[in-house]
Amino acid sequence: MFEIPILRFGQTYESMEKQSVVHFDTGEPVAQLHQATGAMVKLDLKKSQKARDALRAVPIAKLIDICKAAARMYLEETLPCGNGSLTPAEFCRLQSATTGLPENMCAANMRKNAFVLGHMDEVLDALTRGLPYEIMEKGYGKESRGVMVSYQATTPVFGMVLPNNSPGVHTLWLPAIPMQIGLCIKPGSQEFWTPYRITEAFFKAGLPREAISVYPGGHDVGGAVMTDCQRAMIFGGQTTVDQHAGNPKISVHGPGFSKVILGDDVVDRWEDYLDLMVDSVFANSGRSCINASGIWASRHTREIADAIAQRLGPVVPLPPNDPKSALAAFTTPGAAEAMNAQIDEGCQADGVTEMTAKYRNGPRLEKRERCDYLRPTVIHCTGPDVPLANTEYMFPFVSVVECPQNKMIAQIKQTLVGTALTDDAKFKQQLLDATNIDRLNIGPVKTVQLNWLQPHEGNIVDFLFRNRAFQDTPPAAH
Amino acid sequence: MSQLAELAAKAKSQLDAHTYENVQWHFHESTGSPFWLEKAKTYKFDPLKEVKCFDDLKKFPHFEDEWLRGGPISRWIPKGLAGKPAYVFETGGTTGIPKSRMVIEDHWIDYENFSDTLPDEYFPRGANWLMLGPSGPRRLRLAVEHLAQYRGGICFCVDLDPRWVVKLLKKGKIQEAEDYKAHVIDQAVTILSANHNIQCAFMTPKLLEALAMRLLDDGTSIAESGIKGIFAGGTEFTPQWYRTCREELLGPDVYITPTYGNTLMGLACGKPFDPADNYKITYYAPQPRAVIETVEFKDYNQVVGYGQTGRVKLYTMTKELFIPGFMERDEGEREKPHEKFPWDGISGTRPFHEYAKTTTVGVY
Repeated sequence: MFEIPILRFGQTYESMEKQSVVHFDTGEPVAQLHQATGAMVKLDLKKSQKARDALRAVPIAKLIDICKAAARMYLEETLPCGNGSLTPAEFCRLQSATTGLPENMCAANMRKNAFVLGHMDEVLDALTRGLPYEIMEKGYGKESRGVMVSYQATTPVFGMVLPNNSPGVHTLWLPAIPMQIGLCIKPGSQEFWTPYRITEAFFKAGLPREAISVYPGGHDVGGAVMTDCQRAMIFGGQTTVDQHAGNPKISVHGPGFSKVILGDDVVDRWEDYLDLMVDSVFANSGRSCINASGIWASRHTREIADAIAQRLGPVVPLPPNDPKSALAAFTTPGAAEAMNAQIDEGCQADGVTEMTAKYRNGPRLEKRERCDYLRPTVIHCTGPDVPLANTEYMFPFVSVVECPQNKMIAQIKQTLVGTALTDDAKFKQQLLDATNIDRLNIGPVKTVQLNWLQPHEGNIVDFLFRNRAFQDTPPAAH
Repeated sequence: MSQLAELAAKAKSQLDAHTYENVQWHFHESTGSPFWLEKAKTYKFDPLKEVKCFDDLKKFPHFEDEWLRGGPISRWIPKGLAGKPAYVFETGGTTGIPKSRMVIEDHWIDYENFSDTLPDEYFPRGANWLMLGPSGPRRLRLAVEHLAQYRGGICFCVDLDPRWVVKLLKKGKIQEAEDYKAHVIDQAVTILSANHNIQCAFMTPKLLEALAMRLLDDGTSIAESGIKGIFAGGTEFTPQWYRTCREELLGPDVYITPTYGNTLMGLACGKPFDPADNYKITYYAPQPRAVIETVEFKDYNQVVGYGQTGRVKLYTMTKELFIPGFMERDEGEREKPHEKFPWDGISGTRPFHEYAKTTTVGVY
């Protein structure tokens, strides 16, 4: 059994309180996760400058080399994990065991994280718009066009309260390290594996240990991270989003309500985009905020819903180590049951039809002794105002909504990833102007196909640095 | 028989005698409270004749704390104490009618007994106190103030309304809760800076943490503020929290001791700190006035084995209050008697696992 200690500025700290982490299906104990306290986090954060100081002692170019080496180690090597060590395959097996995510998806998410780490130079170049490393290191300097710019770090460490749902989210915080910002991580109670493994890869690649602290623990730990870090990110439901809305110190990541939109000019050819729609809904077991939870079109919606239902309806849960396993288990007791009840209730409304039922050969909810599964569900909605038209659940669930194109942008509301299939110039401009869409794809891009050179829910550079005025000479007379 | 066994046997004998005496008091027509005299009519046994020792208390149905909601409060006053000035202390009450306990002098007696367990080195007699926690309808302020006076000091108080904090947290207004906490800490810092010879304190764990952090931010510390001894309580006082306090937050010059209790029971003391315990916190009830049992989750009349986990069952037997077995909302492990407290203790207290997910703990 793995003993996973707290990491305080890279040093292991054995807590007196440990949480047993069990296999989602068998209940077998897998690890003992040492628990930090809010007081411990707050005390450490008073010394957080030392994390940044340690990173600033290493040039950014060197940190990028470390990222690239760490990417390879994270993906390929046996790395320490608490009191033991893990090969990549063992890592996937354990991550699957505690999260319910099939092993093939754990491996896919590893590749995703490794990709971002391995391409950190390109990521940083894109997110900083080509800012020379020297300017970020010094805090100011002249760009090649002769303009003085200054970037001031808003925090010595980047705090984060990380989720359990998908290991792919860790791509979001990785760029902090080469920008010489330390990490104060509260990992998920089931998906602590990735933060620890990436941290160990970083250390093995030569990153100063002081740069990273990892504090597994309860709500008081999350609270301390959120209140005492000058910049922090948190993942959660709509309540969490509402709670932190407008707080400039907090980057909140909630439901995505991501969508595929078919313009009137292409909707008659909807079959050409069936694979794109299915993959957008189904990839990663529909667990991500970037999975499409809505498909919007002005016509053919029932046929579209039926075609997706034919593809997804028969999908059944398979053992997590089956390479074809495509559905993740719900490990929180009652969660799947509650969602299932909500969907059933929504389907009672006029204008709402479940399209998958006839292809499923069984109930949507599959209850097991220690976990539950929800099988893919496709809903047809006759309009945007009916229940379930704008809903997101953490499994392959999609509402296919009939809506006139001229009402679509307003009706889709907040949308993390919007893939618009259209060549209509006027509609494209309207989409470009729509502030309720965060990541906009115009063209055949699956909602889950993120380009990591693009910002995600705000640019992390703008969050961790302040572009402020700096002068070392008087301006030209005027 | 070992010395500890002798002490334990003597304590058990005292408890049996105390139990008999209290049942006679609470169920006798001339001295009992209207509540218990009425209740006795519903029993199939006669408490006056059939309760002769502590174990006989199992003949009573479990005390339901819901009985404490609503009035008239006077039904709890034993006839033998009629006419004495009475207090009412409340517990809960964020929503709905709070549970009320009538008190005459118990809070003084409980804290005087507790005072005997405090080391004078860290809680100097004559020194002044700071009470940083809820007052209002709670007994804490009056009890701590009495403790300070009993030890020859004066108590400075800063108020906190936990019901308001619970409301803020339930509405997700975290920043407002933080602002309120800062408002409380501002007052504590001001008092500590005013040269009042404050050397002892009661603080809730959350407020102790907040005060210590504030002082660190100000370039000083709890120790430098003059405080030598602190007692704090609640299920948040975990071994790890204790360790963080001793090793990092407070330093070696400040003594901190855990307590466990509530308005119904009084105050259970922590076993004196011993490095060999590795920060394990063990509480002992102030027997014979109150008793803690650790009982099976499925049979509340069955005590678990030593080291085994069970739910906390409380008994209170004072002239003012009789509680023959109340199921507390906590669980923990049964501990063996200690020379200083030769009766069963409990360690690892934490919210009862069936309630833990729905209970808001540690708001103040």
